[in-house]
Amino acid sequence: MAEDEMFNLLRGLSFLLIVRDVSSYTLTAVQVWSVHAIGPSSGKGTPDYMKSQSKNQAISNDRERSSTASSRCPSQRTTVRQQVSCAVTHRPTDGGCLTPITTCMNIARQVLNCPLFNIHYRRFCTSQYTMTSRHANSKRIQGLDKNVWVAFTSLAADPSIVNLGQGYPDIPPPSYVKEALAKAASVDQMNQYTRGFGHPSLVKGLSQVYGKVYGRQIDPFKEILVTVGGYGSLFSTMQGLVEEGDEVIIIEPFFDCYVPMVRMAGAKPVLIPLRLKSGKTTITSADWVLDPDELSSKFNSKTKAIIINTPNNPIGKVFTRDELQMIADLCIKHDTLCFSDEVYEWLIYRGHQHIKIATLPGMWDRTITISSAGKTFSVTGWKLGWSIGPEHLIKHLQTVMQNTLYTCPTPLQEAVAQGMLLNCELMGQPECYFTSLAEELEGKRDRMAAIVQEAGMTPVIPEGGYFMLVDVTSLNQDLSHVTDDEGEAYDYKFVKWMIKEKKLAAIPVTAFVGDESKKQFEKYIRLCFIKQDSTLDAAEKILKNWTKI
Amino acid sequence: MGLIRSLAANLTRVRQRAARNQQQVGATAPAHSLPHGQFMSNNGNNARRCLSLQMMTSRRRSARRTDGVDKNVWVEFTQLAAEYKVVNLGQGFPDFSPPPFIQEAFCKAVSGGPTMHQYTRAFGHPPLVKSLAKFFSGIVGHEIDALEDILVTVGAYQALFCAFQALVDEGDEVIIVEPFFDCYQPMVAMAGGKAVYVPLRPSGAVLSSGDWVLSAEELASKITARTKAIVINTPNNPIGKVYKTEELQMIADLCIKHDLLCISDEVYEWLTYDGAKHVKIASLPGMWERTVTVGSAGKTFSATGWKVGWAMGSGQVIKHMKTIHQNTVYHCATAAQEAVGHGFEREHKLFGSPESYFQQLPATLQQKRTKLAACLESVGLQPVMPEGGYFMIADISSVSDPEHRKEFDNYIRFCFVKDSTLDAAEEILRKWSQEQ
Repeated sequence: MAEDEMFNLLRGLSFLLIVRDVSSYTLTAVQVWSVHAIGPSSGKGTPDYMKSQSKNQAISNDRERSSTASSRCPSQRTTVRQQVSCAVTHRPTDGGCLTPITTCMNIARQVLNCPLFNIHYRRFCTSQYTMTSRHANSKRIQGLDKNVWVAFTSLAADPSIVNLGQGYPDIPPPSYVKEALAKAASVDQMNQYTRGFGHPSLVKGLSQVYGKVYGRQIDPFKEILVTVGGYGSLFSTMQGLVEEGDEVIIIEPFFDCYVPMVRMAGAKPVLIPLRLKSGKTTITSADWVLDPDELSSKFNSKTKAIIINTPNNPIGKVFTRDELQMIADLCIKHDTLCFSDEVYEWLIYRGHQHIKIATLPGMWDRTITISSAGKTFSVTGWKLGWSIGPEHLIKHLQTVMQNTLYTCPTPLQEAVAQGMLLNCELMGQPECYFTSLAEELEGKRDRMAAIVQEAGMTPVIPEGGYFMLVDVTSLNQDLSHVTDDEGEAYDYKFVKWMIKEKKLAAIPVTAFVGDESKKQFEKYIRLCFIKQDSTLDAAEKILKNWTKI
Repeated sequence: MGLIRSLAANLTRVRQRAARNQQQVGATAPAHSLPHGQFMSNNGNNARRCLSLQMMTSRRRSARRTDGVDKNVWVEFTQLAAEYKVVNLGQGFPDFSPPPFIQEAFCKAVSGGPTMHQYTRAFGHPPLVKSLAKFFSGIVGHEIDALEDILVTVGAYQALFCAFQALVDEGDEVIIVEPFFDCYQPMVAMAGGKAVYVPLRPSGAVLSSGDWVLSAEELASKITARTKAIVINTPNNPIGKVYKTEELQMIADLCIKHDLLCISDEVYEWLTYDGAKHVKIASLPGMWERTVTVGSAGKTFSATGWKVGWAMGSGQVIKHMKTIHQNTVYHCATAAQEAVGHGFEREHKLFGSPESYFQQLPATLQQKRTKLAACLESVGLQPVMPEGGYFMIADISSVSDPEHRKEFDNYIRFCFVKDSTLDAAEEILRKWSQEQ
């Protein structure tokens, strides 16, 4: 069928198509409203839900539109492989399918593969037409399958690539934690289940350490929950305290899991960016600030919580007391909770101080503070973390824990307990790992900044954490040849190009922001500097030779 | 009744009752007091804090999904057991150590290079998923793709969680065979689903777990348009039933007819006695693409505290569980996965031979099963001989109050994967029988 014939047939037609996607063994019903040709103004009239192609937006809008009959619809975008880009004006249907199904299918295949047409369709299905509807995912994970790590970990896996991307150390952990683990595993009991909410020696050790830090007594059994990494704490917090109808404020750039976790809990993420103060020559993470009025405007009666991350990943910002007080004032005024991700709490550089928002007046009772053994002891592969907060909140996290994975591994908890107790004794002294690691990293931070500057890029010097944002604008790198994906942000293209051409891996910063802030951050990449000298040497070599091919 | 009370103090009931308020059992933590430094004397911060507290209590904080799933039998009884210094045949974990080869593998991993202590592949450490795929492909009769068909989780518990979260929506029904491992129901509830129960029923003289059967008609009658999945557990906890091929085929037929998913909890798969054979429902025709099989390193290698488990199934289903996993814990601990990988490599080589741990462990446990059954009989309790697993239920009708008999209320569960504990229990039961 010639294209113009097909076009004439389809124009103004609205019908129900059934499309088979062979790759996922599903039949999907597609309702096409109407069709018109792509013209120069094809961008106009695009329904809102097709405008943003981000992994989050399109699907959530799609969800809103689906009828109640589609409760089992596999509406993952990737189930229909055909490339369709559409702009359609909705035309009221006169109900029913106007053409026989097989004809519809044939037409659908041709139409959906034809680049000349703009077609809007709403995908839904009924159990009649869908073979594997029962094997479809639950609604709570719609649109949550993609993930920046999944995309970039495999790209950077080639051992010849210098990996400054994913945030984990290639320096060894302190020997005493490894020894403690080996010792723990040799004790019979330590290889069997321990207390669900946290191994007693660990929660007692945490209570001791944090009791000092908070300046209050912390009940090891009621005010602490041990989880599978800081990640697990974030999850238990969201599932325990956040639900449909809630809004959660998230500060950009944010550790990428916050948004999908909020969405999985059925709530709405409300984003607010840190903004760069202008007029500085040397930029530090302190120059990225929140606008108080803007922040205030994000709070309303639906706001359940605000998530803060200090030191911040990826910028490295360490929130000052005043900044935290501003947030605290809003929390108290609007009676919201505060989830404070402080996994990098010990990695603070000279001249700065880590403040726990939970220690501000009125905040203990409404704050969950999250920490990580992996980041504290450079053992990210141990996946242990903890939440600290008031009993009336922690108990809900404990409920989630007992219905999700019940307990964390025993020997690892025992080893972390030993590590905590040892360093508790040494706190404030140079031998304390919390202090010595920060010192070691400060040197690496400064070295990284110098190397990056030599290559003509502009670093944002972090006050804490082990990441550094780097502005690549001044390189003026032409990336038009890099990918076929039109909508891909500059930093994604830059990192892919850099991995391929320069054998250096980083993470694009727009992975940590929502769509509206992408423009603000797309010239930045994130480098991780908790790497041994040989890795930094290799990175230095690449960056020194940047301008040479 | 005094006997029952003291027995109840250290044994677990098969069927949950409405639990008492946890706090009445005896809180052990000291009350905390706020240091005075918390209050500042200026700017009305005192007032701010007091006002904040007042407002706090009026607004609902917890998510509704946590309603009704906060009580838990283990939390209650573990605390009791700790308080009364009992001989614990309650909670299901060994009191002996994991086998030397697996402990060595763990030590080797721990002293291995820095990568052993950093993040590994999120969906499963490559050496582990490869050895699992290699090991189980032959058993399931299907080529298992290590990267697509397997998800490693924090214990089988988390695998179950991922399955329910990934596949059950608000209003979906999930059929659960009673008696069931207690977490199934709250997990279904937390996913917004509705649990529909169908009980195993005793047929004839109930001497063995094989005498508890599922009625095909009764099961079929529970299926509605909203039924999404059925959960089976073989070998079953607590009864110890090992489902036969015909029984699984009956379930499979219904799954295929009604297009249901099947979640098969097989954590005790190696623990079968008297020649009973463990059959994987996923190996039956038409079942691979609709079954999630859950396994546990903790139960397999007597290392419950390692919390390494997995879900195996068609990549089309597993991929949704991966999405849940990457938004809940993302990674599992590396070193233990490395060790379990080595464990499976070893067992693959020794499969079927007398040196295989999967032969030795059930042989050892069979003896313990016999020993416990004899002890229980000697005090007038009627044990139901389990065909598999490491639990045994015993009928307490002869010592319980006849007024309270209904369904499963006459049974209590004993765990026999114990060494010295079993000896101690034997002592207690011998004394008890002498008193009678």
